[in-house]
Amino acid sequence: MHTSSQLSAGYLREDPLPAAPPAQQPRGRCIVVTSGKGGVGKTTTTANVGVALASTGARVVLIDADVGLRNLDIVLGLEARVRHHVLDVLEGKAELDDALVSDKRVPTLKLLAASQTREKDDVDTTAFHAMVDQLRERFDYVLIDCPAGIEKGFQNAIVGADEAIIVCTPEVSAVRDADRVVGLLGDRVKITLIVNRLRPALVRRGKMLSVDDVNAILRLPLLGVIADEPGVIVSTNKGEPIALDAASPTGDAYRKIAGRIAGTDTSTPEIPREASFLDKLFGGQR
Amino acid sequence: MLEFLKRIFNPEPSSVTARERLRLVLLSDHLALAPDVVESLKADLIAVISKYVDVDAAHCDVTFEQQESVVAMLANIPILGMKPAARAPRPAPPVLRQAQDDMPPPMIDTAPASAAIADAPDAPADAAVAPVAAAAPKPRRRRRRRASVNAAPAH
Amino acid sequence: MSARRIVVTSGKGGVGKTTTTANLGAALALRGKRVVLVDADIGLRNLDLVLGLEKRIVFDIVEVVEGRCQLRQALIKDKRFGEMLSVLPAAQTRDKTAVTENQFAKVIDDLAEMCDYAIIDCPAGIEHGFRNAVAGAREAIVVTTPEVSAIRDADRVIGKLNERGLPIRLVINRIRPDMVRSGDMLSVEDVCEILSAELLGIVPDDEDVIDTTNRGEPIALRAESRLAGIYEKIARRLEGEIVPFTQLNAPNFLSRFLGRKAG
Repeated sequence: MHTSSQLSAGYLREDPLPAAPPAQQPRGRCIVVTSGKGGVGKTTTTANVGVALASTGARVVLIDADVGLRNLDIVLGLEARVRHHVLDVLEGKAELDDALVSDKRVPTLKLLAASQTREKDDVDTTAFHAMVDQLRERFDYVLIDCPAGIEKGFQNAIVGADEAIIVCTPEVSAVRDADRVVGLLGDRVKITLIVNRLRPALVRRGKMLSVDDVNAILRLPLLGVIADEPGVIVSTNKGEPIALDAASPTGDAYRKIAGRIAGTDTSTPEIPREASFLDKLFGGQR
Repeated sequence: MLEFLKRIFNPEPSSVTARERLRLVLLSDHLALAPDVVESLKADLIAVISKYVDVDAAHCDVTFEQQESVVAMLANIPILGMKPAARAPRPAPPVLRQAQDDMPPPMIDTAPASAAIADAPDAPADAAVAPVAAAAPKPRRRRRRRASVNAAPAH
Repeated sequence: MSARRIVVTSGKGGVGKTTTTANLGAALALRGKRVVLVDADIGLRNLDLVLGLEKRIVFDIVEVVEGRCQLRQALIKDKRFGEMLSVLPAAQTRDKTAVTENQFAKVIDDLAEMCDYAIIDCPAGIEHGFRNAVAGAREAIVVTTPEVSAIRDADRVIGKLNERGLPIRLVINRIRPDMVRSGDMLSVEDVCEILSAELLGIVPDDEDVIDTTNRGEPIALRAESRLAGIYEKIARRLEGEIVPFTQLNAPNFLSRFLGRKAG
């Protein structure tokens, strides 16, 4: 059953790729990556969890919901390949398949970029929801990178999701904002937590909240803990998601998170330890 | 240790990569955010090309695309035909009695289009131009001719 | 004489707008200026938390705009600064659409009659919250970190501010000299060249900032911290003084080995 706005949007045309009839295919999961606070690592997490899931062969589409301030493309290193964006698709100016950007490094991963020149208010939430539903028929995972804040951008991003990953750093402002978002999400979605940018040495010295401190307030199932690693900045500089780096502990953390999401990894998330003597000698938390 | 070895074999620092990527992506962003500039550019482009050929202005399209290491302008300009002035026979070039070996050949062919070209069917042009510059008429080398009073126009 | 009205913005979230607002405000207050800090992040307020004033909030900006209290009643005086520093908190249970641009501008106009500096902490983004925060301002400070996404967003915001004709100055936050030296981070020169904005301050990454936020103590009050000196210099530059930028050194081998801070 389609609304008139869905019919006028161009994307509900025949899917050119052969696909099994929906009744036989399990529907893909839609997960929104959110936080409330900006700058805690939502986009990095969306990119790397997506890459890690797709590296196992799962069909993954990443959607950038940060209209006007898009960054998922640049974090993935795909900024030169974006031709169309979500609003082009919703407004019928481009086909969905033309807007999906492929990643040569990870063949089963696709990106649907945000517009850089429009505003979040321009997105028709109902049409966005319908597009997400359509994508769930073709992909195993639809990951949505939510913008900072709790206004229209947030409302759009959560609309099609039935799961949410809250990304939170161990800082009072981030915890407070995450708590607000948990309250707004309520019972409508299943929520899990990733604690990002932990600095074990500071936690030991009492200068940073611990994972337990954070989760004492948020009380969410823990999906993973990621230590602060300068390598993430380097990977963003180059546009090479760190989940592709076999030697990186952060890459490893993301791969484990992907495994937990997929249900193939049943381990409990580890709390990263402080850098050892040897790590310090060779200059890094390896 | 690994970082040290990596740096030996892969010398470009990531900050250099970042700088270059930012330059390109910001140029793309700025172009996308200045539709009035793009409109003016398109209008000027059509005006220049219209000096030589008739174009279907209503269906002209100019976009910018980020390619590997450059932002390129792509112009799709349907051409309806040659301008009448461009098809008119041009005066014969002056007869040169001195050896032409002393003079370099002129760079641009100023001879009129031949009858063969004038009768060619209208062809839509899909000029992909890179990097950012409008397509200029390609200069052709003139073949040197022996001096002759009744030299036919070259094409 | 009406106050200077400055918005602190960035586009990208989490680059240090609130920290910059709080510490710049503190540094100006320490120099004897009357400062009011305004939290424009309605729904996700944090300026109060960063300053340790969260338990003293009685009224907020939405209640002022809705006429449920006087402006003066909503201002929280930070006693550590005598009468010099006050905060107008945001509402926590509403969102940014609760206040219009005109209403916000009117609040700033009223504040400007009672202080020397009205500094507005802008929320992340370029939508309603940003438009409100900018509505009352006459000058802008753009905060960025030397990272690709932050710079891209800062560029976008600079474009928006240029449309409104606001003079802009740049604060580069969380610079890590060791990573700049190894080529793993964009340098101050890189950032200034890409954004073409006048530089107001360079603030190094410092692990003490997290600790001070935890405690609700602006680092500008910790005289022993080099960041206090840096924010003081930023305040002086804002006042028109020409102040050379602090030299930030990369840590040497020993300091990294012993786990000391950079610089």
